[in-house]
This record gives sequence, C-alpha cells and structure tokens, in this order.
Amino acid sequence: MDMTALLLSRIQFAFTITFHIIFPSFTIGLAAWLTVLEALCLATGRPVYRVIFEFWLKIFGVAFGLGVVSGIVMAFQFGTNWSVLSKMSGPIQGPLLMYETFTAFMLEASFFGVLIFGRSRVPPWFYLFSTAMVALGTTFSAFWIMVNNSWMQVPSGYVLQNGVFVPNDWSKILFNSVVWSRFPHMLLASYLTGAFCVAATGAWYMLRKLYHAEARIMLRMGLGLAAVLMPIQLLFGHLAGEYVNTYQPSKMAAIEGRWNDEKPGSEVLFAWPDVEHRRNLFAITLPPPFGSLIDSDSLTAAETGLNSIPPANWPPVVVPFFAFRIMVGCGLVMLGLAWLGSYLSYKHRLAYNRFMLWLTFFSFPLPFIAIITGWFTAEVGRQPWVVFGVLRTADAMTPFLTTRQATISLAIFCGVYAFIFLFGTFYIYRLIRAGPARKPFELPHIVVPNRPMSLADDEPIAEPSHVIAGE
Amino acid sequence: MVMFWASLLAISILLYVLLDGLDLGVGLLSGLASGEARRGAMLGAVAPIWDGNETWLVVTAVILWGAFPVVYANLLSAYYLPVIVMLLGLILRGVAFEFRYKTQRLRWIWDLSFAGGSLIATFIQGMTVGALVEGLPFTNGEYSGGEVGWLTPFAVLCGVGLCFGYALLGACWLVRKCEAEVRDVARRQIPMLAIGVLAFLVAVFAYALAEHLPILHRWIDRPYLFVFPVIGAGAATVLALSILNHDDYLPFYMVAMVFVAAFGTLALSFWPYMIPSVITVQQAAAPPSSLAFMFWGCGLIVFPLMLLYTVVSYSVFRGKANTTAGYH
Repeated sequence: MDMTALLLSRIQFAFTITFHIIFPSFTIGLAAWLTVLEALCLATGRPVYRVIFEFWLKIFGVAFGLGVVSGIVMAFQFGTNWSVLSKMSGPIQGPLLMYETFTAFMLEASFFGVLIFGRSRVPPWFYLFSTAMVALGTTFSAFWIMVNNSWMQVPSGYVLQNGVFVPNDWSKILFNSVVWSRFPHMLLASYLTGAFCVAATGAWYMLRKLYHAEARIMLRMGLGLAAVLMPIQLLFGHLAGEYVNTYQPSKMAAIEGRWNDEKPGSEVLFAWPDVEHRRNLFAITLPPPFGSLIDSDSLTAAETGLNSIPPANWPPVVVPFFAFRIMVGCGLVMLGLAWLGSYLSYKHRLAYNRFMLWLTFFSFPLPFIAIITGWFTAEVGRQPWVVFGVLRTADAMTPFLTTRQATISLAIFCGVYAFIFLFGTFYIYRLIRAGPARKPFELPHIVVPNRPMSLADDEPIAEPSHVIAGE
Repeated sequence: MVMFWASLLAISILLYVLLDGLDLGVGLLSGLASGEARRGAMLGAVAPIWDGNETWLVVTAVILWGAFPVVYANLLSAYYLPVIVMLLGLILRGVAFEFRYKTQRLRWIWDLSFAGGSLIATFIQGMTVGALVEGLPFTNGEYSGGEVGWLTPFAVLCGVGLCFGYALLGACWLVRKCEAEVRDVARRQIPMLAIGVLAFLVAVFAYALAEHLPILHRWIDRPYLFVFPVIGAGAATVLALSILNHDDYLPFYMVAMVFVAAFGTLALSFWPYMIPSVITVQQAAAPPSSLAFMFWGCGLIVFPLMLLYTVVSYSVFRGKANTTAGYH
C-alpha cells in the first residue's frame, strides 16, 4: 500500500467532487425556481415572469452543462482509484448510481429539450409540465446520490458475504431516517443556493439601476424564499446532526471538539483543537447541559469524547471542527440577511437601502461555502472509514496504485478543471452582466436538446473584423 | 437475470461505439481539414447528437458497476492512466462544441481540442480493447501488470486501427449529413480509410496467428463465428459499390454493419468470459438481489425509454445538415 498514493487519491476525489457539487447545487434550486416562474407566468399572465424565466434558463443551461461534464468523471473514479471499495460495495452503490444516471438522463435530458425547443411547439401546460419534470429529474438525482452517500455513512440492509456487501433489504437502504434527514437538508441547501444567487443578481441590477421591474421580483422572491426556508433548513440540519450523534460518535466528538466523556455535556463554541495534547486552546465554551441539549435534545444525556475512542478511529479533528462552524456561520448570516431583507422589502425600503443591497449582492458565495463545508464535515468526519465502521479508506484503495500514477492524474484533473471552470464562470458572469432581454424570446439558430449551453450561444463576442478576414 | 444485464451491457457498448464512434471520427477528420468553414460544417454535422452519444459511455460504466462490479473494479483500476486521459480527451472534445463560438481569435484552441480530444479518446479506446483481447496480466484474479501492463505493440496497433475505423465511420456520416465540398472530400477519404481498416484487420489476424493468442481457439471450437466476418465482408462489398455509385446514404449503414460484425465477433469470442481467461460473465455478476432491484426500474422501464429517446432525437435531426451557414 502506497500511502502517498492514498493521500493523493483522497485529494483527487475531494477536488473533483467539490468542483462538481457547485453546479448541481445551483441547478437543482434553479430548476425549481424556473418551475415557479413558469407557473406564475401562466397564472398571472404578467410578461415580466416570462422575461425572468428566459434569462435564468440560459444561465441554467451553462451551469447544467458544466455539471454534466464534471459528473461523468465521477462514474469512473470509484473504479480507477477505489477498486476494493467498488468491488465490495458495487452490488449496492452500483445500482444506486445506475438509478441516478438513468432517471437523470430520462427526465433532465429529454424534457430539457422541450424547454429549449418547445415554447412555440407545445401547449403552455405541457411546457410547464416539462419544466417541472426537469426540476423533478434534478431532485431525483440528488435523492439517489444522498441514498448512496448515506449508505456509506450508516450502512444498512446488507450482509457481508465473501468480502462483498450483498443487499438483503433495499427498503432499509432507501427509506431510513438518515436518508430522510440528509436528503431534505441537501435539497433545501440547493434551494437556498438558487434563492441567494437570484437575490444577489437582483441586488446587482438595483445597484446599477438596471431592469428595475425584474430586479425587484428577483430580490423579493429570492429573499422571501430564503426567509422561509432558512429556519426549516436549521431544523433539518439539527436532524442530520442527530444521526451523527447516534451512529457516528467519533464524527460528533470531532465536530464538537469534545475530548472527554461528559454527562451532561458542555458546548464548545470556538476553540483551536490541539490534537497532539488532546485539548482545546482559546476555547469559548457554554456550560453543561448545553452540549447535551444541542446534540441529544436532553438535559442529562451522556456525550462521548474522543478519549474514549481509539485514536486509530479518529477523523482528522480540525477539519470537521472548523468546516462545521463555517457552515453554521454562513447559515446564520444567510438567515439574518433573508429576514432583514424581506422585512425591508415588505416595507418597500429595500430598493433605497444601498448598504443592504451591497450585502445581498456579496452574499451569493455564502450558500456555496456552506454546502462545501457541510460536505467536508460529513465526509472528512467519516474518516478513517469509507463505509463507516466496516471498511477503512486505506483498505478501499486500488492496491497497486502508485504515487506516480496518482500524481499524474491529479495534475491532469486540476489543469483541465481550472481551464473549463474559468471559461464557464466567465461565461455565466457575462450572461448575468448582460441582463434579461425584454424582447420576445427568439430561438438561436441551432439550439439542441443535447447541448444545454447552446441556448446561450446567440451572441458571439464581437472582435475586430480583420481577424475574420485573415482566416 | 445475468443474461439480461449482459445483453443490456452489450447493447450499450455497441451503441456507444457506433454513435460516439461517428462523432469521434468526425473529430479526427476535422484535424485534417483546412479552412474555418469546413471545420465548422464538420462540427455542425455532429453538434446536435454528440452529448447524447457520450451518455452511452456513462450508461455502460454504471451497468458495469451495478451488474458486474468485479469487472468494473478490475478493468478501471488496471487501465488507470488510460481511463483518466480518455476522460480528459472527452472533456476537451465536449467543451470545444460549447466554447468554439464564443471567440474568434482563440478559435484554434477549440479546434485543436476538438480534434486532439477525439484522437486521444479514440486511440485509448482501441488500445484498451486490444490489450483485453491479447490478455491482461492477471494473478489470482487480480491485475498484476503494474503501471503500463496494458502497453503492448498489439494494443497500440489496435489503437491505430480504431482511429481508422472511427474515421471511416465519421467520413460516411459526413457524406450522409453534408453537402458540397465537405461531402466530396469525405467521399474521397473513404477508400483510403477503408484500405487502412482492411490493412489493420490483416495485421491483427497475422499477429494473432503468430503469437498464438488464446482467443484464436474459440474460432476453432466455434466455426459458426465465421458468420460475422462473412457479414462484414458483404457489407464492405456493398460499401465499395455504393461509393462508386455516389450514394450518400448507404455507406454509413454499411460501415455501421461492419462495426456490428466486428463487435459480434469480439463478443462471441470472449464468451463466456468478460475478461478473457480470467473472469466469466457468471462470476462477475452482482448478487441476484442487486440485479433484480435494477431490473424492475432501470432495466424494464427506463432503458427502453432511453432507446426510444435516442431514436426520436436522431429522427428530429435526420436529413442533411445546413452546412452553408455552418452550425451557428
């Protein structure tokens, strides 16, 4: 076993999946928002909803395309770097990912074609139905991915036969409290991502005194949705924490920076965990029973500390500890912004409050940071296990993978992803800067269902004509 | 149930080879084409379909993982660098469609990434299949060939051979979809490419005889296998006649039939093995509870719908592409 190759493989998986999650978390929320807009447009007949719909559909296309491109890699990476895992858990994870691919292909790809092509060819109700189906497809994708990951967090419904996880109860794998607290948590996170991106775009137009009618709707709907969803998200976050406390005491102890068993437990708000000496430096701590109250909903419950867990089973404490705090911090800031912004919007004062508009504009990275740090908490906190309690990450890697191979592949991924990410984000930025078009929507010359990004093709960059003449 | 999933796997691989094969072939030929307009027209001939075609690769990967996890794990890890470089090639090829029209000054980058990405992906696909035919080094069911155990002269020969094969498929697609200069150039390329493919097949056969590849025994055991080369030869004859007659539509179907014959030959020579002389289809299959779970949803309902969707999207874009305006 090559330990450097193991580290590089983990970095590679973390890098490619972090890159990938940015796009789905945005498009899942955006698809739902597009459905709402289309429904509003049909219900009220106001053209402004149509204008906003067409504008966000273009951005959806680019983000969706980048999500697809970066997602293909994920279907292969389990096999290349983690051959032992994919051999052992293939009978469970393989079918789950197959359902993900198949449902995504069927709903997203086919109905997305209708969204691009179909405005003039299908009845309005069917167009709305197609929008809803795209949203449903992205939701299903998220569902299967969350089932898959939840099984790695808390494996259930299987027996281990000849070194293979053989499923014996799919209903336990699909319908358990872990899936059904984590899946809504991820779904709400995606909706919040969509909401904040929409609100930030609205705020930007307000600040630039452009597209006032559209900007007002984006701001009001984005912040309003976030104001409603944020508290629900905190609740599901709490529920997701309960499964960690029940099934993954090592992750919980790392998140809480709790070294000793406590009954009832205290709550560390901030600290610098000093792993070597098993203590917290600069700790700000709430006294007992706050820890038990937060982790176990109880005034007297006993909480496990890292000292009663063998260090060989500890996750790298610092990462889940800080990642979790960053996630919660982002969540609280978003809650404050959403409530304050919605209140000002309700009082018709938001449009004149430039400070609040700037804050809203700069808030768009917050949901992305929260999602990424949330996943870091879940995934790094699961270490040293890849299937919690059953299979160690170190034992799951391809046994003959060498450092040289892992270095080359990681370098390739970093280079190519940086390249396409730069182009992709630049392109989304240019679309948003250009703003919604108030003219009736026209089909670009060739847009096709299988090329989501082609929707945004209609304006090539104007460059000096002598370049063309020279060709 | 195992047979059901083996069939679905075979259909997915065959569809991938035929459909993405033609895109990759057009990509290869675009590297040889001079002139902005011609390259644009070639890109346009596959732009509406490439993404759906590539999806069959992902479908293949997940069927392999879900239904035959041992093969998925063994092959992908054995082909570590080739798989990752192939993915890189496919990504570069894919984004070229999207970004080519966003710029004029830097368009050469995307033309290069279209042709280069196609070349990388094609070569690696051919090479990995070649290495599989020749036999990968395995010890006790585990790959034991090290970093480059797949790199053999025969594998490289197969990589080059597939480049000719896909380019031939791509040229026939261009004849079918395009008009004017692009079609005429492609038509002139077909005989040369066909001769290249033929030379490759002769070389493969000679090599197999000289090296006594174990796969040859299948042919002695199963003489009925010769039906596929006969079909292939028939299709090649019709291809030659249709080129002489300046037919735009037949060549593509004939080359596709040659590919089907080659695929059938290969699949039946492998049978009952998935990795020749190492793992059989039955040994590789996931437990019945996994296969049944996939069957009732993905197998019975979604897979037929995906086939239907593929047929519908091809019929939407049937006929000649509008090449005079390019694809933009």
